[in-house]
Amino acid sequence: MTTTVPPAERADAGPPSLRPSALAPRRRITNRVAQVLITLALVVALVPLAWVTISVLARGFQIISWEFLTEDIPNSYRRHGPGMAPAIVGTFLITGAAALMAVPLGVFGAIYLNEYGKQKPLAQVIRTMADVMTGVPSIVMGLFIYTVVVVVTGEQTGFAGALALACLMLPIVIRSSEEILRLVPDDLRQASLALGARRWRTILTVVLPAAISGITSGALLAIARAAGETAPLVATIGITFTVNPNLFSGQNTALPAQIFRNASQPFEGAQERAWGAALTLVVIVFVFTVLARVVVSRFAIKER
Amino acid sequence: MTQEEPTRSDLTGKGGGVRIERLFSWWTLATGLLVLAILALILTTTTKQAWPAFQDMGLSFITSSTWDPNPASGNPVFGSLAFIYGTVVSSLIALLIGVPISIGIALFLTELAPRRLRGSAVMVVDMLAAIPSVVFGLWGVLVLAPLLVHVYQGIHDVFASVPVLNSIFGEPVGTGRSFMTAGVILAIMIIPIVTSISREVLSTVPQANKDAAFALGATQWEMITGAVFPHSFGGLVGAVMLGLGRAMGETIAVSLVIGGATNITPNVFAGGNSMAAVIVQQFGESTGTFTAALIGLGVVLFGLTVVINLAARLVVRRAEARVQGAAR
Repeated sequence: MTTTVPPAERADAGPPSLRPSALAPRRRITNRVAQVLITLALVVALVPLAWVTISVLARGFQIISWEFLTEDIPNSYRRHGPGMAPAIVGTFLITGAAALMAVPLGVFGAIYLNEYGKQKPLAQVIRTMADVMTGVPSIVMGLFIYTVVVVVTGEQTGFAGALALACLMLPIVIRSSEEILRLVPDDLRQASLALGARRWRTILTVVLPAAISGITSGALLAIARAAGETAPLVATIGITFTVNPNLFSGQNTALPAQIFRNASQPFEGAQERAWGAALTLVVIVFVFTVLARVVVSRFAIKER
Repeated sequence: MTQEEPTRSDLTGKGGGVRIERLFSWWTLATGLLVLAILALILTTTTKQAWPAFQDMGLSFITSSTWDPNPASGNPVFGSLAFIYGTVVSSLIALLIGVPISIGIALFLTELAPRRLRGSAVMVVDMLAAIPSVVFGLWGVLVLAPLLVHVYQGIHDVFASVPVLNSIFGEPVGTGRSFMTAGVILAIMIIPIVTSISREVLSTVPQANKDAAFALGATQWEMITGAVFPHSFGGLVGAVMLGLGRAMGETIAVSLVIGGATNITPNVFAGGNSMAAVIVQQFGESTGTFTAALIGLGVVLFGLTVVINLAARLVVRRAEARVQGAAR
């Protein structure tokens, strides 16, 4: 092991070629194949994305119309024709109510994690559990709210669905807001504290305004995700064929729930409505997602 | 700190909203604790609600494969083994298809992509994540499944005389709603999360390691296998586990495409059912112990996903901590 082997005599005396063509063919081909496969992975992911989008657009536009957006849902799956207004109203009301509950609570939770808890063990536990909570299946949230709300009140309502969605949104809002709060420069906090402001005042008047665009963007993404959730609603909101603007009494419905119901029917009329509802839902989710990006790029924290 | 101690006259006094400060910090702490409270409540309330079914069935709730909520004679039986099997099989198929694609995309984004292509490539993954799962389900059941039947038939014919493979790739079910279709849809749905975590993990590989590999004459692929993978293996395992958790909990899309049969079979082209899908399919028509049994399935699912997610987060965190330690 210790003897030094003299370098083998090379036929040509010049430096070795570093060009790719000088590689052993096996190595060169392996590398090329790997590069192609890696690039192909992105193309493979693009296929379902494009295919789903095209299907939803093509089939959805066949039925979508002013009547589709404003009329009640036919109470027979066999019947053709429009009507999805109760679900559209339900989606906006239920998701809106969920956001009203989850966003403020989530932002305050994030303030605790980033401004007070920091690296304390309790904050670390909450952080980890919030991550774990984002992984809890949405159907479990539905069963949970069914158990603590629907069983107790004896009624399926839009509000129960909103609670289930709020449980789903809460950890997402907490984690995204915390990421943004962490980006707020410490100088701002120190300047405010040095002027004699207490921490609550510093947080409310200096830190939050600086982070508001990022927090809004995270909240919009959470709303977009919640608007598309189906499973928590199935057990909690019931079903209605007419518009029910009251979240606290009477059963309700929402776009994802309608897509699910109608997609599992063998009847043409129901499937048409499912595609129409899917197009409506995708547009709503898309608008919120784009809005989130616009907010972030318009009002981003200024780099200093 | 080289400055002199400031005079501590008014800075710690009782004025200026000390009480508000205390209230405010308690309030934020309370909202933070809400996460722990909700998780604890989910576990206790659903377990309590499911207790009648657990009591009736005992351990056979998860070891029996007989699921008969409304038998002609006497007592209903709730054995969920077939659904646990369906969850495991469809999730495994999802991982087999989805993980290589996800890691491929993550590698493309971190190593191969030209800078100006990177933004739009990230957007593809983001948009995939933005499509609601029920829309994937709708597309899966009405568009994809009817087409896949022909593919399944082709694969079945090819492997018809190969010993083990002919039972795995058995006779396809006519509607195309099967374990395999569920797995394919799930694969699409876990790509965003596995990709984004993998990307995070891959981007922690120090540039020095990569440069060193190149300096030794490695090709790009040899650099990836020699420098990137060993460094990020733990984190990638965590990413895959998060994908597994997501796949196991996915309800609506699976429920639409898996077929809805209580079935334990090696044939991936046959219809079956998964835990989450059963809950959502049968919840509406259930009463009494039947409802309790479905909620019991939810409890099992909750326990499994929490354990998997917790383990995955710890693995990812440990991998990241090691990187920071090495950088110091």
